[in-house]
Parts: sequence; C-alpha cells; structure tokens
Amino acid sequence: MNIPILSSLILLPTIGAIFIFFSKSNVEKYNSSKYIALFISTANFILSLYLWFVFDNSISEFQFVENRKWIVGLVNYKVGIDGISILFIILTTFITPLCVISVNTTVKKRLKDFLISILLLETLMIGVFCSLDLVVFYLFFEGGLIPMFLIIGIWGGERRVYSAFKFFLFTLLGSVLMLVAIITIYWLTGTTDVEALYEIGIETKYQNLLWLAFLSSFAVKTPMWPVHTWLPDAHVEAPTAGSVLLAAILLKMAGYGFIRFSIGLFPVASDYFVPLIYTLSLIAIIYTSLVALMQEDMKKLIAYSSVAHMGFVTLGIFTLTQQGIEGGIFQMISHGLVSAALFLCVGVVYERMHTRLIKDYGGVVSVMPKYAIVFMVFALGSLSLPGTSGFIGEFLILMGAFKKSFFVAAVASVGVILGAAYILWLYKRVIFGKIINQDVKKLIDLNNSEIFILWSLAIPILFFGFYPEPLINTIEVSINNLIEVYNLNLENYMVKNK
Amino acid sequence: MEYFILLSPLLGACIAGFFGNKIGDKFSELITSLFVTIAALCSLIIFYKVILEGYENNIILFKWIYSGSLNVNWSIKIDALSSVMLVVITFISSLVHIYSIGYMSHDPNKPRFMCYLSLFTFSMLALVTSDNFLQLFFGWEGVGLCSYLLIGFWFKKETANNAAIKAFLVNRVGDFGLALGIFLIFYFFGTVNFEAVFQQINQIDTVDVDFLGLNINAVDLICILLFIGAMGKSAQIFLHTWLPDAMEGPTPVSALIHAATMVTAGVFLVVRCSPIYEYSELALSIITIIGMTTAIFAASVALVQDDIKKIIAYSTCSQLGYMFFAAGVGAYNVAMFHLFTHAFFKALLFLGSGSIIHSFKDEQNINNMGGVWKNLPITYGLMIIGTLALTGFPLLSGFYSKDAIIEFAYLRGNAVGYYAAGIGIFTALLTSIYSWRLIFKTFHGSYLNKVLKKEEMHESPMIMLVPLIILAIGAVGAGYFFKDLFIGYDSSYNFWRDSIMFLEPLSEEHPPTWFIYLTPVLVMLSIPFSYLIFIKNKDFLKNLISINQPLYVFLKKKWYFDELYDLIFVRSFKFIGKFFWKKIDGSVIDRFGPDGISNFIKYLSNKAVKFQNGFLYQYAFVMLIGFSILLTVLIVK
Repeated sequence: MNIPILSSLILLPTIGAIFIFFSKSNVEKYNSSKYIALFISTANFILSLYLWFVFDNSISEFQFVENRKWIVGLVNYKVGIDGISILFIILTTFITPLCVISVNTTVKKRLKDFLISILLLETLMIGVFCSLDLVVFYLFFEGGLIPMFLIIGIWGGERRVYSAFKFFLFTLLGSVLMLVAIITIYWLTGTTDVEALYEIGIETKYQNLLWLAFLSSFAVKTPMWPVHTWLPDAHVEAPTAGSVLLAAILLKMAGYGFIRFSIGLFPVASDYFVPLIYTLSLIAIIYTSLVALMQEDMKKLIAYSSVAHMGFVTLGIFTLTQQGIEGGIFQMISHGLVSAALFLCVGVVYERMHTRLIKDYGGVVSVMPKYAIVFMVFALGSLSLPGTSGFIGEFLILMGAFKKSFFVAAVASVGVILGAAYILWLYKRVIFGKIINQDVKKLIDLNNSEIFILWSLAIPILFFGFYPEPLINTIEVSINNLIEVYNLNLENYMVKNK
Repeated sequence: MEYFILLSPLLGACIAGFFGNKIGDKFSELITSLFVTIAALCSLIIFYKVILEGYENNIILFKWIYSGSLNVNWSIKIDALSSVMLVVITFISSLVHIYSIGYMSHDPNKPRFMCYLSLFTFSMLALVTSDNFLQLFFGWEGVGLCSYLLIGFWFKKETANNAAIKAFLVNRVGDFGLALGIFLIFYFFGTVNFEAVFQQINQIDTVDVDFLGLNINAVDLICILLFIGAMGKSAQIFLHTWLPDAMEGPTPVSALIHAATMVTAGVFLVVRCSPIYEYSELALSIITIIGMTTAIFAASVALVQDDIKKIIAYSTCSQLGYMFFAAGVGAYNVAMFHLFTHAFFKALLFLGSGSIIHSFKDEQNINNMGGVWKNLPITYGLMIIGTLALTGFPLLSGFYSKDAIIEFAYLRGNAVGYYAAGIGIFTALLTSIYSWRLIFKTFHGSYLNKVLKKEEMHESPMIMLVPLIILAIGAVGAGYFFKDLFIGYDSSYNFWRDSIMFLEPLSEEHPPTWFIYLTPVLVMLSIPFSYLIFIKNKDFLKNLISINQPLYVFLKKKWYFDELYDLIFVRSFKFIGKFFWKKIDGSVIDRFGPDGISNFIKYLSNKAVKFQNGFLYQYAFVMLIGFSILLTVLIVK
C-alpha cells in the first residue's frame, strides 16, 4: 500500500478547514465555505467506504499501518486499523457531512468558524480511532475537547458558558489521570506503541492502578454514572450539530477506548474490575432511564437516554463474551445513528418554535406528518424494537450478559421496558394529541434537506436491523482475537499465581 | 407460494404507507385488501396441502444475526401448526380489511389505517412462520408495535394515546419474560432454533439453575419465563389491563388484533413450545391455574361492564383463559381448536358491535341502546349467531371446542384438572349470562338513546355486512367441520404430526354422560334466565345489586387492578425518577462534584487574595513565624 490512506483520512478535513479559513466568503451568505466543507466531508466519507471495501476482515492484525518517526526515540506517529476501528471511522465520516448539511438552518452566526471547528473535530475523531500509539491517542482524544468546547461555548444556548466549562473540566480532570498512566506505562516498558505493548504485556501488580486511571478518563467520556451530569447540560446548550457529534461520536471514543486499551492492555485488571463496571452500568441503565422519564426538556431527555444506552454498551463490553462485545460495538454504532437522529429531530422543531420544553408541543403530527413518521422510526430504534439496529445491539449485549450472570441480565432487561416508557411518552406528548399551543399550528413540515438528512439516518437503522451481517462480519475476527488473547493472558496469570 | 403469503401484506403496507397520499384513498384500500386476500387464498391452498399431503417446508430467506455461536436466519416454516395460524390470520385479516373500507369511510387517514393493518398482518405472519425464537420475537414486538399504532390511531384522543402506550408497556413487561426465556434457552442449548432446541430438550430436563437466589429446574424456569411473555400478549390476569383499554382503537382493529390474531400469539407460543412444556409439570400447572383464573375473573368483570366493546374485550380475555387451561392440561390441539373457532365468532361479535356502534353514531354504552332489533335485522341476526357460538350453544362452533376443553380438564384426573373443569363450567355459565345481557340490552327492551331518533337507525352498508356474513358461516360451521381434523380421536390420521408433541397420548376415554350434558344444558337455561333478569324483571337485578353493593363495585372497578398498578408502578416510578434527578443528580453529584469543587476553589482563592493585602508588616510577621517554625523543627531534630 503506497498511499497513506489513514493519514489522508485524518488530514483531509484539516486541509478543508484551512481552505475555509482562507476562503473569502461573503459575510451574509458563506456559500463557498459551506460547499468546501460539504465537499471535503463527503469525499472523506467516500474514502472511508473505499477503505472498508479494501479492508480484509478475515485477519485480526492491524491493517494499513503507518509508522513515522515523530519525537525521535520517544514517540512514533503510528496509525492502523482493525475491524473494530473501521466501523467507528465510517460512522464519523458518515455523520460529519450530515452535520454540515444541517448547519443550513441551525447556525446563525459565524458559520465559517463553525465549519472549521466541525472539520477539525472530524480530524481529531478519526485520529482517535486509528492511533496505535498511546501518546498519539491521548493527543487526539484530548484535542477533541477544544473544538467541542468552542462549539458549545460560542454557538450554544443561554447557559453555554457554564455548560462548556463543566464539560471541559469534567473530561479534562478524568484525562489527566490517563496521561499520568500513559507516562507510567512508558517508564515501565519503554514504549507507548500499542502493538508492542500487547506483545510485552504490563506487569500485573501495576495493572489495577493503571486500569483505574484509564477508567477515570473513559468513564467521564462514556459517560458512566456518577460522572454523567455534564452530558445533559452540554447537550442542552450545544447547537444541534454539536449535540449530534457529541452523542454520535465523542461518546463512542470511550467505548472504543475500553475495548482497545482497558481490555487489551490490562486483562487481569479488567477481569478484576468486572463487578464494578457491572454495578455502574446497571445503575446507569435503571437510574438514568427513570430520570429520563421525568425530563421536561426534550434534549435533556435524549441526553439521559444516551447515558442509559451507553450503560448497555459498557455492560456488553465487559461481559467479555463474543456476543457481548459485538453487541456493545453494534449498540454504539446504532446509538450513534439513533441519538444523532433524535437530536436532529429536536433541532428541527426547535428551529421553528425556539423551545425545547415538551409541554409547548403536542399535536405536531397534524401539521408535520412527514416529520412524525421519521421521528417514529428513531423512537423505535431507541426503544430497540426488533427490525431496527438498536435491537441487535441490545439483544446481543443481554445475551452476553446472561452468560455471565442471570441477575445482571435480568436487571438490565428492566431497562429495556423503561426505555420504551420514556421515549413513547415523549413521542406521545410531542407528536400526538390535540394542538394546544397555537404556535404549533404554524409549523411547516420538513424541507428537502431535512428529509435527506433524517432519512439517510433512518435507512441504515432499518437496514442493519434486518441485515446486520456487513457490520458483524467486519468486527467478528478482531473480536474473536481480542477475546482469545484476553483469555490467554488470564490463564497465564492464573497459572503463575498457583 | 409461501413468499406470497408473507410478502404481499408487507408490499401492500409499503404502497399504502409511502404512496398513500399520491394514489388516493380508494386505491390504497383496494390494493391492501387485494394483497391480503391473495395471501388468504394462498394460505388456504397451503392448509389444504397440509391436510392432504402432510406438506411441510422450512424456507430460509437470508441470514439475520450471526454472532459467535448464535446463528439466526429469517425463515418461513410451514407445518400443521403454522398453517392453521396462517389461515386464521390471513382470512380474518382480509375480511377486516374489506370491512374497514366501510367502517372507516368518514376517516381522513384511510391509507395510514390500511397500511397499519397490512403491516400488522405481515408481523403476525412473521411471528407464526418463524423457525426460531428470535424471529418469533421480531414478530412478537412487531405486532405489539402495530397494536400500539392502531390503538392510538385516533391520535387526538388523549385516552387513545394513553391506552396505546399502556398496551405497549404492559406487553413489554411480558416481552421481558420472553426475552429472558430466550436468553436462557440460548444459554443451555447454544441455539435458538426450534428444531435444535426440541431435539436436545431431554438432555437438560434435570439441570437446575440458580435464578435470583432460587434454585429451580432449568426447563421449569424456561417454560415459566416464556409463559410470562405469553401472558402479556394474551392478556392473562396480572398483565391483562391493557386489553380493555385497547378498545379505544377503531373497532376493526379490535376484531383483528384484540380478538382473533395477536392476542392468540401467546397460546401459539405455548403450543409451539409443547415439546418443552411437556417436560415441565410445574409450568403446565401454573398455566392451568392462570388460565382458569383469567377465565373466571374476566367473565365476572364482563357481567357488569356497560361499554359494548369492553364486554367483548373481557370476554376475549376469558376465552383466552380457556385456551391456556386447555394447553395447561396438555390438550394443545384442543387449545388450537378453540383458538380457531374463537377467531371466527369473536371477530364476528366485534365487527357486529362495530356495525351497532356505526349505526348509533359512535355510541358504545349499552345503557343508551335498546329495542332496535327491527331496525338492524341483519346485524341482530349475526350478533345472535356470534353469541350462540361463543356461549357454546349445541352444534355451533364454540360448543365443540369449549366443551372439549372442559372434558379434557376433567379427564386429566388430578386435582388441578377437576378444579379447572369446575371453574370451566361455571365460567361457561357466566359467559352465557353476560353475552345475553349484551344482546338484550342492545336490541331489546325500550329505546334509551337520547341523541338519535329511533327512526334514524339504519343498517350498515353491504361492504360491512358481507364480511360479517362470511364470519357467521365460519362461526356456525367451523366447529362441526373441523373437529375431527383438530381433535379427532382417530389415531390413524394425525393432522398435527410433529408440530405438537405429547409425551403421553391424550386420554381417549369419555367423561360420564351427565358431565357432557351439563354445560350445554346450563348454557341453554341461561338464555331465558337472562331475558328474565335483564328485560322482564329488572327489580330483581336492582335488589341483587343493592344487597351485594361491595361486590358490585369491586367487579365494576375491574378488581381494582388499574388503581393498584397506577399506585405501584406509575406513581412510584415517577416519584423515584424525580428524586434521582433533582436530589441525587442535582443536590448530591453536582453540588459536591463540579459545582462544589469550583466553589471550593473560588473560596480558597478568595482567602488567598485576602492574604496578599500589601501591608509590609503582615508579610514580615508571616516570615517571622515561618522562620521560627523552621528553626524549631531543626533544633528538635
């Protein structure tokens, strides 16, 4: 492979951002910058599809590896992908152009800067999913905070500054510990190359502390209970495109991190801390579902539901079974689509009514039938109805969990009931009923670009619900390998202790 | 052929759903009805082939979920059991489609309605033709969704919306049991395919599992969990509360979904899993007990309800109870037989009541009706047929199936069996009384409606009456013509083949003669009795009510299930949710977490600011203190 395809994927959006920065666009129209952004992000999406096409899903090794000297003797710029990362890359490149299209109606000021932020964010997110060096990973992982911070802080709602800082401080505090852990790993092993670290392994006596340090970062990002409170605030204040990127991709970085680093690097500690993760996940599922039930703000409701859904993800990943991890990844992809779509749906009516309170709506279906249909698809995806992608993810997770503990699976299944309760109740209060608020009568149904965005999210949700093979095929071998290595490590450890 | 059956309703739904506005109301109605009718004809051919040739087929469409050892396909499985269900579903569905053209003629959202009906038909077909538990689950939730959409079809009605959500959520509680059952099956068998599971069943029937602290036999647990799912869908006691509320939907929906097809899915599940249930004595006893409790509970409530549809809904609940206790005593074929005959007469009753409601311009309270039998002669006649069939009047369809259930319960020979038979007879009596109460109050006595004049009453259009007449033919003949096929004693011909399993063959004895005659006699006697107390001598009824006031209120309030559940689940969950949100998220996590830390830092820096006040003497003083402390430490060391 001569073309550095991964680096192109990473750098392309940045190049686009630079172009936009220097483009002389009219203050009122901004057309050129929008087209550049759209062109670049679509090109990136096509490139990532090509990558998926040439990707060989029958081997578990990292592919398309690029290794360049960066800080000589200390850190190399190393990227590469396996079956797990490629899906997240495609999710990123898929969601970004949709966000770019959505800014048409949602962003009113400084559009040029907004587009630059989005494109930079895309670079950083793709970087996260393909870095194979801890330091490079850390840079991308933390770098993502900056554009997101700006997006919330500049284009957000009334309490944007509070939320932006809350978001920033929460995530940064968690990550600082991860940085310490990365430095420690370097001192222990002399390298930060992930592949090399897989080979060498980390001494078991250090694993628990290091694992906790990584957890502190990932738990905040996921977010897990009890460090989830930044998420509702951040979502509520963020502009639509920001919420979409946050829910669809930024949250997934932590789930990815759990699989790639926590399990990969610290198998013994992962095994040791499984009960902790189960407990936190179950609390997240039940607790936040109940909280979501009572929300009065649509965005907050969806934000809390994200916490619950991510609770399923962490549960699935740490069942450490084939079904559980595959379910976890599937759930992340599915949630990426569904939550993105739900936030877009809220954005659609928010732009028209300028309120997110549920009680201000009601009877929307009478004036916006097209909107009602597509919203229904996403609501069903969210409550994981069979035939939508949400079902495959949740069902596999629960199956995996069941293998480990009946109790855990039973409690988590209660979350499925609650999940139906809050989303259907939301749907009923917003869409059905008589029109009470006179403003609702003036609503105009979806325009063409909104139809395009929403259906391009709805179709994969339905398609992968009926035919999840393409996704599962891609990740199967990598996960098989992950579990094998994990079990091998555990066995070795057991033998040593005897 | 099989593809046609499964896909033509889906195609119809898609056309009506996506292009309904473009192709117009008439065309969407026509196309959906046509496609479902084609499916019905194909189903009849298949059913015929199954009867004659013992035709069986298992078509695999394409892969669904392949994850590790879990391999699931989309499939169409045809055997005796699914062929019966196919006929029931497509046949009733096509009649309901046609009936709806008339019934919904004033509704502005016809294409949407037809789309939902067809989509429902598709989901139901996917459920019964599945060869594995997961596709069954897909259909299971799919019909739940369509039921949700159709109950809430009149979305401007607040009560309809609430009923829709209630139906979905109560069903989800049942699905929770079903899902756990499927997980358990996968855990023990490593597969979710019916065939593979049924073959391995005798290998694990002695394994115990530890479930939430209880030590319980694995097969028992699987069966009970699956049955919880069946209870939700088939509205058995404790999970029945959604069914009466579901009557908020349009009446054709009630006929199709909440009488003939969807609610029988639970019975279908139990019968489909008969190879598992046969190994679980405990689960079968539970099914019998739940079934007969539901039968008598629902019948008792139906006695005092005033809403015509709610009476029939409780009646459905009660009849489903019968089916379950037939399955519980091991007479799966009898359960299927009752399912089959019940589909005809209950759909007939629902559509007939729809015709009444249509004539009374959306009046549903039977206290506001009466005396109209001359104005609605055809509807009246058809309702009588439906009622006779339901109550088990000799030679009509309900007679064969219901009496068979009671007989088999008796023949079971153990305590549960005798008890069930007794309850069964008593419930049959109650059934007869409440059904005749409905007929007499609706059609006889004096005209009590204050809104419409009696002369304005007129018969429904032909497009609604023809499906009713076809159903009436079924309600009359389905029992007599199919009894040998379904529950025949002739051992040389076995219609069911492998689709139903009996560990021990069913008893071929006959119960004593007095027992056989008991039910029909009671049923026949109850007709004049009902006429007497509901029409002739109303004072007797009033006295009865005033003497037993608490009991009357208890029944009227439907045993207080709704109030109880509202208190236990709805209110408390809302309270807990609010508590978590405001108190724990707000007052604990945020207060001591981010806000706490930032306030603390502010506080510290305020202190630090005060410290640097610019007075030289204070700096000097601090320096002095610091110096002396340092010196002390050094000296002490």
